[in-house]
Amino acid sequence: MKLIINGKEIVAQPGMTVLEAAKAGGIYIPSLCYHPRTGQAGKCRVCVVEVEGMRGLQVSCNLKVQDGMSVKTKTPQVLAAQKLVVDLLLATGKHDCIACESNGKCELQDAAYYLGIERAPFKYDDIHYAEGDKSAPFVRLDKDKCISCGRCVVACNNQVVNEVLDFAQRGYRTEIVCDDDKPMGDSSCVQCGECSQVCPVGAIVDVKSVGKARSWETKVVRTTCPYCGVGCQLDLHMKGDQIVQVTGTEEGSPNKGKLCVKGRYGYDFIYAEDRLTHPLIKENGEFRKASWDEAINLVASKFKEAIDKYGPDSVAGVSCARSINEDSYNMQKLFRGVFKTNNIDHCART
Amino acid sequence: MAGLAASFGSGAMTNSFGEFAKAKLMLCIGTNMTEAHPVASYYVKQAVKNGMTLIVADPRKQRLVKYAELFAQLKVGTDVAFLNGLMNVLITEDLYDKEFVEKNCSDFDKLKETVLKYTPEYAAKICGVEPEIIRKIARKMASVKPGAVCYTLGITEHTCGKNNVMSVANLQMLLGNLGVECGGVNPLRGQNNVQGACDMGALPNVFPGYQKVVDPAAREKFEKAWGVTGLPDKNGLMIPDMMAGLASKKVRAFWIFGENLANSEPDIRHVEHELESAEFIVVNDIFPNETTKFADVIFPAAAWCEDEGTFTSSERRVNRVRKIKDAPGEAKPNWWVFQQVAKAFGQEWPSNSGPEIWDNEVSKLAPALGGIKYVRIEKDGLQWPCPTAEHPGTTFLHKEGKFTHGKGIFKAVEWTPPAEVEDAEYPFVLSTGRRLSQYHTRTQTGRAGMDAIYKRETADMSPADAERLGIKNGEIVLVKSRRGEVRVPARVTEEVPKGMVWMTFHFREGNANWLTNTAYDPETRTAEYKACAVNVVKL
Repeated sequence: MKLIINGKEIVAQPGMTVLEAAKAGGIYIPSLCYHPRTGQAGKCRVCVVEVEGMRGLQVSCNLKVQDGMSVKTKTPQVLAAQKLVVDLLLATGKHDCIACESNGKCELQDAAYYLGIERAPFKYDDIHYAEGDKSAPFVRLDKDKCISCGRCVVACNNQVVNEVLDFAQRGYRTEIVCDDDKPMGDSSCVQCGECSQVCPVGAIVDVKSVGKARSWETKVVRTTCPYCGVGCQLDLHMKGDQIVQVTGTEEGSPNKGKLCVKGRYGYDFIYAEDRLTHPLIKENGEFRKASWDEAINLVASKFKEAIDKYGPDSVAGVSCARSINEDSYNMQKLFRGVFKTNNIDHCART
Repeated sequence: MAGLAASFGSGAMTNSFGEFAKAKLMLCIGTNMTEAHPVASYYVKQAVKNGMTLIVADPRKQRLVKYAELFAQLKVGTDVAFLNGLMNVLITEDLYDKEFVEKNCSDFDKLKETVLKYTPEYAAKICGVEPEIIRKIARKMASVKPGAVCYTLGITEHTCGKNNVMSVANLQMLLGNLGVECGGVNPLRGQNNVQGACDMGALPNVFPGYQKVVDPAAREKFEKAWGVTGLPDKNGLMIPDMMAGLASKKVRAFWIFGENLANSEPDIRHVEHELESAEFIVVNDIFPNETTKFADVIFPAAAWCEDEGTFTSSERRVNRVRKIKDAPGEAKPNWWVFQQVAKAFGQEWPSNSGPEIWDNEVSKLAPALGGIKYVRIEKDGLQWPCPTAEHPGTTFLHKEGKFTHGKGIFKAVEWTPPAEVEDAEYPFVLSTGRRLSQYHTRTQTGRAGMDAIYKRETADMSPADAERLGIKNGEIVLVKSRRGEVRVPARVTEEVPKGMVWMTFHFREGNANWLTNTAYDPETRTAEYKACAVNVVKL
């Protein structure tokens, strides 16, 4: 089906919302409470548009496309309404971008930029809470940056179903709480970090990432999680050769963006100081550094000696269920094709 | 996997994680999914929110139980009795899928003969679940189709592990829950690439792609591909026999690649004795650990993120793993190390990278992987079987009840108790597993800040036992078995039933494997990590 947005013809799938169709067609409409995985909320009202034949402004994240629909996203009325909402949000929180972790990837900042807001024209009331909730090891919650969009609450309850986050209070005092308003570190939170991934602003951030890189300095590399057998797809956010953050690949199967505490925060063992860095040979009970040639030749000669003396089945090997397929393939090829034994196994059973 | 191979002809998760969220009924037995496979559990919990009926069978009241409509709190190691009890109800109340059974399965009469003995009352005596609950679960499973079964090591890590798996398979065949979306028998693999290591033939009986080493045609195929002659024609040793071989001198040179056997195998003292008696050990690893100290040579390995390759997940999906940095110092990819040793033996292997090994060797030699090439898995991975370049991959196996070896075979099995059961001296059953924030022997999570959540081993025990013994939460207790003893804080929790102690193998100090039993399933050689007898002593 087709619709017109700002005079441009856009092809859309039935069931899509106007916001989704616009996004698919490359047209930006500021929006804050909508996320593809947390769904329509219709709360923040930043995504309003004008639709020909409909009275008043329409909330584009809640409006399904219709064939032939004509939508305008930049009329003075639309922009004024959007600006008012963003002005109010900016005035009611501590939205200082300079050292914010989300600077450059903040949807509130994007909306303000689009609407040309340098500083909201209202009196700022930016400190409600003494300081952020730093009680948990991996996730930090700064309620003064929260815009009450509710994405974290929906994600915690409906995506990962850990059922920790909820809204408390109401109206101007609305806040996000863990369980019955416990510090996150004392709550039932399992630190999966889903809330941080869906937060549009800098209210919920990954502790490990704080101060590591500005968002525009990083590039993203997709890979597969090294822990359990689910095979979650990860986006590694890299600055040089350092991983500064891990997020779940939103479109990736099977996890579609979701991760657990290990997948999201268990990555930095690769940088540990005590990595093995040289081949080592034991002599008189002590390890000494050796060259690759020396170590390889020693292993080859020991295996050859055993095979010559006691037959091929006197050697055996255990492969690794954590390492890549190609490593296991070459190891079994070595045992079968070179050593001539089928004494090759791995911990398939633990 | 041997159990599923016996029943269906192939051993792997039959269905996919994506189907979990849409499922209508699921039995989770012996799987602490919220901690061991958290992302899979998200889908299960989502499905419950969408109206799915969840049934949990487990000795512990673990987190998934909160979402369950029915909960069977089994005694440790009684799965076969429980499952036979369910099948007894399905058969005697005429609730099973006759059409599926007649069309697609064999040996139904043998199954019937065996399970008739397991009336709910008889099964209840063994497994401790009320007869009425057994009836309710069976009737529920018969009334909602399709239904899926998920299990993890709670099923396999028993001396009767293979029988447990075959019982699960029997149940799903009887219900006609195979070959359909949102059904199936779904073993969740514990490690990121266990499925892959099996697929690659890092097993003593098969070449890559499950082609049997005893099959002359398979040997000829690989001899030709690898340019060698005389590939060995007998099945090799499994890990426990290799370890025993170190002490008996049957094994003279032993290669350990990325396994911390000294912490992860049952009965640490025994394992260390075996490693100690080895003549020559070579280890590939990324860190020094309890096992590397037994090595004569250590090869420093490239870690995750330091090499290009693939992992194959539990749902048979081959996923890319990318290199983002060089390995530290002189550390090298593991495939390169094996290639260099082959070279020292006079063999030149042409493939010089993960992608070359996969595209030019693995996918050419393993028919089910034939259509999987690196260019096709830049984004989402492909699920095998994927035999051709055009094949989209397979989300669920045994479509329309067509099993890999023709008909699904009912393998009737009797319940057998664990090798070591509680007695007057050791009155508790110790069962083991994993906790959410840690992973195995902690070589990685211990270096990634995860100790902030869980920093010390505990002995989890029931409030009833703690009260009886005068033990307070957090108090250091002595847990001992016939093999060893540990001193750890008690963690008093409602999760654990009376008479049970539950621990993990994440930490060297207090590691459950100082206590566990080396008894294993006679066929799969999987050790009975889930059951041994211990005593808890207040200090």
